[in-house]
Amino acid sequence: MMEEKKLSDIRAMVKSHERPARTGRKLGEEVFFRSLMNIASVLIVGVMGIILLSIFYKGVSTFSWSMLLEDMGSGFYLNRGGGIKNAIIGSLYLSLSATLLALLVGLACALCMNVYLVRHRRILNAARFLLDLIWGVPSIIYGAFGFSLMVFFGIKTSLLAGIITVTLFILPIMIRAIDEVMKTVPAGLSESVLSMGSTRSELSYKVYLRQCFPGIVTAVLLAFGRAIGDAASVLYVTGESARTPTSLMDNVTTLPVAIYNQINSPHAATQDKAYASAFILTLVILAISLLSRYISKRYQKYRIY
Amino acid sequence: MESNMNQGKEGRNIERPFAEGESIIRVDGLNLHAGKTHILKNINVEIPKNKLTVILGPSGCGKTTLLKCMNRLTDLTPDIKVSGNIYIGEQPVFGSKTDIVALRRKMGLLSQRPFPLPMNIYNNIAYGLKLRGKYTRAELNELVEYYLRQVNLWDEVKDRLRSPAVRLSIGQQQRLCLARGLAVNPDIILADEPTSALDPVSSEAIEKQFAALSKDYTLVMVTHVLRQARRIADYVIFMYLGEVIEMRPAQEFFDDPREEQTKKYLAGAFN
Repeated sequence: MMEEKKLSDIRAMVKSHERPARTGRKLGEEVFFRSLMNIASVLIVGVMGIILLSIFYKGVSTFSWSMLLEDMGSGFYLNRGGGIKNAIIGSLYLSLSATLLALLVGLACALCMNVYLVRHRRILNAARFLLDLIWGVPSIIYGAFGFSLMVFFGIKTSLLAGIITVTLFILPIMIRAIDEVMKTVPAGLSESVLSMGSTRSELSYKVYLRQCFPGIVTAVLLAFGRAIGDAASVLYVTGESARTPTSLMDNVTTLPVAIYNQINSPHAATQDKAYASAFILTLVILAISLLSRYISKRYQKYRIY
Repeated sequence: MESNMNQGKEGRNIERPFAEGESIIRVDGLNLHAGKTHILKNINVEIPKNKLTVILGPSGCGKTTLLKCMNRLTDLTPDIKVSGNIYIGEQPVFGSKTDIVALRRKMGLLSQRPFPLPMNIYNNIAYGLKLRGKYTRAELNELVEYYLRQVNLWDEVKDRLRSPAVRLSIGQQQRLCLARGLAVNPDIILADEPTSALDPVSSEAIEKQFAALSKDYTLVMVTHVLRQARRIADYVIFMYLGEVIEMRPAQEFFDDPREEQTKKYLAGAFN
């Protein structure tokens, strides 16, 4: 059929069906969808901006250096003075150690999936599906699970129990985020490295880690953000404390829990201080993001493709 | 599987084109299935030592797959079934007792597109050296320079050995990958259309290098470029649709093709 027609006939036919490129319905469609996208972007950025601005505005006005330098003491929530130093330090201890633990386990897991199990597509698909599933489990469930683990092993509420629970909570995020980066390593690179007579562990530690370093930093950041920002997972397991923790077995209050308690306080002045706490939490996250961006940039240049 | 194995055993009795010791790679009744597709069909070939052998054929005929079987890169691909075997010297490639890492050290691979390591230029070469043994700084410097000179890259990069390898042009990257492969001190170099992503000048450079290397190394190069094969091949393996059609010295192959399909291909009928 097609062969019988000449190219010039075909071109004439296509031309006769042609619409003007950007008029009428097409132009309308484009304008409509573009404005939809614009509105969505402005809305999102606007809402984020308002949240940040209100935290900064109200936070700075209620902020005082004593908040950084003093522990809560006995009457913080009753507006009898004191700061949130213990919560800041407690939160940092908790989320940094949990992130580190999750990184160690998560890296091993993601490397295993991408270097050792490349051939086993079915296992990989199942693992990825499961991880995506537990990524979505609400953090309070992890809290409850952590609590039952704690009871099982006979540990009291403590920083340690918190670290374990939060590690479990951020692990799926960590693994999947690193996994997604490692999936982008070109197969040809693995082939080249293996065909030089590298073992799979050399491929993992000397090539994958370098090539994926910037992505791993992003994964760590993502996991750290979840770890430091989550209140529900640690609600049952860390206990509460008005002092800076000095050992793994101490009770600890984290920043989000402190903020929650401040807002629930009957005193208006304490409620306002919740903004100062939120402000401090935001600054901590900002500092860590900037630091990791700086680190990852230094290694970015070696990445191939 | 059963029947394939038998074919493999029969394959051993097919006339051997080379005398004992002349060949280094022997493919013996190799069959490869990917999912339900039969990609390599009972391949029996031998590859002569210290010669440049070209695996020639139209796209999609299994050339690259055959090449990748030689150092078992098929390990990385899901759903692949292999029967028959390949012998490097006397060592079988497929088999649970094979130390594939040791075997791969004897073979360098140059892929279609260069894949430099995510490191600086110097370490791209040093990586291969360090895989095999310990060297002092001075020895490393000397060897890195030697291998970079061997691929005519030294003059272009000597002032920026510490800059990332990705900053090089694609032709330079390919030469870097060749130097990196040589640094592992292999006996065999496998090349999978090594010039297909390169500009004419860089491809010529690679071709010349190959011709020079074939005195000391066994080279196996996959290509679909007829003219390239004509220029540099010592031996030609012609494949079509997963089967080996002819395997002969280049001169004979081009001047006096035996099989109908070869004649057609040489006349340009498949492209």
